[in-house]
Amino acid sequence: MEVNSYEKVTPTINRSGEAIRAGAVAGFPIFLGYLPIAITYGVLAVQSGLSILQLTLMSVLVFAGASQFMGAKMIGTGAAAIEIVIATFVLNFRHFVMSLSFMNKARPLPLKWKIPLSLGLTDETFAVSSLHGEEAKKEKGKLFYATLIIFAYSSWVGGSFLGGVLGEVIPERLSQSMGIALYAMFIGLLVPSVKKEWRVGLIALISMLLNFAFVHLHISEGWAIVLATIIGGSFGIFLLKEEKS
Amino acid sequence: MIWTVIIGMSIVTLLPRLIPVFIVDKASYPVWVNRWLDAIPYAALGALIFPGIMSVIPDKPLFGLLGGIIAIGIAFFEVNVIFSVLGAILTVFLLTV
Repeated sequence: MEVNSYEKVTPTINRSGEAIRAGAVAGFPIFLGYLPIAITYGVLAVQSGLSILQLTLMSVLVFAGASQFMGAKMIGTGAAAIEIVIATFVLNFRHFVMSLSFMNKARPLPLKWKIPLSLGLTDETFAVSSLHGEEAKKEKGKLFYATLIIFAYSSWVGGSFLGGVLGEVIPERLSQSMGIALYAMFIGLLVPSVKKEWRVGLIALISMLLNFAFVHLHISEGWAIVLATIIGGSFGIFLLKEEKS
Repeated sequence: MIWTVIIGMSIVTLLPRLIPVFIVDKASYPVWVNRWLDAIPYAALGALIFPGIMSVIPDKPLFGLLGGIIAIGIAFFEVNVIFSVLGAILTVFLLTV
């Protein structure tokens, strides 16, 4: 929002610089929010028997927090490789739905930019990018999304490495408390949108309850989130009707 | 073995992110599908928050919920997201004393 009004005042000078700066402003909270989580992951991964190189490269190649925690834990307990990979697929399949939603907004962006951007879509980068959907229509919008994702990615990879090096320096009580960081970030992203449009909050509430019900029906965590997101989102078909977008 | 797991995890995570680039590029959707896709971020955030937040401290679902309520309270003032994160961490940390 602030970025929008700012651009109206100075429409011409250095659009690339503005897009990068706006992306940095939007990406910085993710950068800060990821750090404690990534460090916690690094600590846990070392305890599960991964080397610092392995745990850091997992962050480089996977870039999906919850599944990396799960993967590291399963490696620690000696689970079969195929079991871990299937569990990861189920847990991360929600990104398919998120990517569909984001790519629909990102239609104006060139294909060669959409490919790397899609690989950087996490729960958080997707949420923040979606809340800045108007950037896709701007000439240098691709730089906005790229900057945002680079901030998140560097924090995730750097934090993982740091956690691996720090190892057991961080007390367990603190690392356990840091587990709430992810959820607090989701809340911090959702609440301002709900304040602007209550129907958005209703959609979120519906999918919360759906997810709760699915978990109680013993559907795996990954599929429960996918189903709740798709079905909860379908309420938007009529709830978001009056919105001009 | 660990390297096989990491490569496998990478493939099954990145492909689902990548495939929509090629699906969405070709198809053109009716308005109602666009509204559905527009609602996905909010539905996803809801499903990601609850009931997962109750498992932050195993066997103490209330601690996670209280941390979440503090995060909502802070987010209501539309300050930077990081304050919600820090407030929630502090809340849970103090509760687990």
